[in-house]
Amino acid sequence: MKQVSPIFKREFLGYFRSPVAYVFLVAFLVMSVSLAFSRYGGFFKGGVAGMESYFGFFPWLLLFIVPAVGMRLWSEEKRSGTVELLFTLPITTLEAVLGKFLAGWAFLTLAILLSFPMALTVAWLGRPDWGIVVSTYLGAILMAGGYLGVCALTSALTKNQVISFVLSLGACAILLFLGFSSFTATLEGFLPIAAADALANFSFITHFDAFTKGVIDPKDVVFFLSLMGFTLFLNVVALER
Amino acid sequence: MIEVTGLVKTYGNKRAVDGVSFSVKRGEILGFLGPNGAGKSTTMKMITGFVRPDAGTATVDGVNIATDPVAVKRKLGYLPESAPAYGEMSVEEFLGFIAEVRGFRAADAKRTQVDRAIRLTQLASVRRQTIETLSKGYKQRVGFAQALLHDPPVLVLDEPTDGLDPNQKIEVRNLIKSMAVEKAVILSTHILEEVDAICTRVIIISQGKIVADETPAALRARSPGARLDEIFRSLTRSDT
Ligand SMILES: Nc1ncnc2c1ncn2[C@@H]1O[C@H](COP(=O)(O)OP(=O)(O)O)[C@@H](O)[C@H]1O
Ligand SMILES: [Mg+2]
Repeated sequence: MKQVSPIFKREFLGYFRSPVAYVFLVAFLVMSVSLAFSRYGGFFKGGVAGMESYFGFFPWLLLFIVPAVGMRLWSEEKRSGTVELLFTLPITTLEAVLGKFLAGWAFLTLAILLSFPMALTVAWLGRPDWGIVVSTYLGAILMAGGYLGVCALTSALTKNQVISFVLSLGACAILLFLGFSSFTATLEGFLPIAAADALANFSFITHFDAFTKGVIDPKDVVFFLSLMGFTLFLNVVALER
Repeated sequence: MIEVTGLVKTYGNKRAVDGVSFSVKRGEILGFLGPNGAGKSTTMKMITGFVRPDAGTATVDGVNIATDPVAVKRKLGYLPESAPAYGEMSVEEFLGFIAEVRGFRAADAKRTQVDRAIRLTQLASVRRQTIETLSKGYKQRVGFAQALLHDPPVLVLDEPTDGLDPNQKIEVRNLIKSMAVEKAVILSTHILEEVDAICTRVIIISQGKIVADETPAALRARSPGARLDEIFRSLTRSDT
């Protein structure tokens, strides 16, 4: 596992070697803040100083942002041929997968944490519940990791970044929509109710919700971590195929 | 140093490599010669562990690539065809990354290895330039620098002089020759004069099969008076 760190370092710094990273971080911030202040966000309407309106958009925002970060993870290596270089260096597939995933996750975490000034603004306007702020940040970071695991896997399946993006977006959207009653109601139409319920348990919304209420339920943490573990395992399998 | 027995690789219904066996000893420079599509790159990819063979084994310094790939990769320096590299990095950053993965983590050990590779491949003038802005010849040298950074006992070079101008070709050949004394080297090429210039042995491969394995002199002696490329043409058929 010693070899994870140089892979991580190269990949993480790689985000900042192109202007794309800076554009991305700023766009992320602008989008999340303006969504929160928009008439859908109701940041002012709420009358309570909190991050709920801001974080209410995170599952949606991350749905687009994470595939944008994740699509290049393996597709780019395959397109440019560097995958041949990488896998003839003395590292295992698992080390490469972990290094790249952790770098992408760290980058997304950075993007999420950049919204902390928002939290400070709220603190200045009112008296936010810091417990909720912290648990919501934790939930958002875990959710980003869950999405990224899925995206890393889909990006290992193709060398075309556009296909990779669309596949990731589709897979992540399904994971998100599973939490909506209308969507699960449709599923119940042709699946046994137990199966539909079980599927609903895989939704990101279901597991993210508790965090925004200040509850850190080990079940939710384990859900996101095991999703990451599972997708990374499949990622190794897909690359060694 | 390198032992290859019965390597086979099939893509779809195409036998890219069809039972290739040979060995390379320390101090030898083996020229892998053949028309495009003959299976040179695929054979090298199997030796370096990037492609898994359908049958056959490859061992480097007694270690089987199938059972301990990481140990084999430590002993190898590999220049893949068309020298892929992370284009957004500078030459120095890229070689620094390779040095770290190769185990040179301490700052001074890393600098020593990077400086040595840059000196050997004469990259000093572009060391801070990003790789994507380099000319083909310089990119090729970066790939070469990456392959010899850890001074490996075995070098596998896929068309190392491809895209270089005549002067650069001669420089690279001299470099390979000077390093080969204590190494085992395999290089692929479709340039006959290259084999003549530096190789101690030549293998001609055609449609995935070895059709000749001898010294350049013995190859020449096959039909005295004929030019080397005539012998080559009589032994191979172009795959299209
Ligand atoms: N990834 C691949 N998928 C399908 N066919 C391949 C692949 N790689 C190589 N081939 C085929 O295998 C044959 C040998 O290719 P290669 O080893 O690259 O030849 P060379 O390096 O001698 O030019 C060619 O016919 C090529 O089209
Ligand atoms: Mg080739």
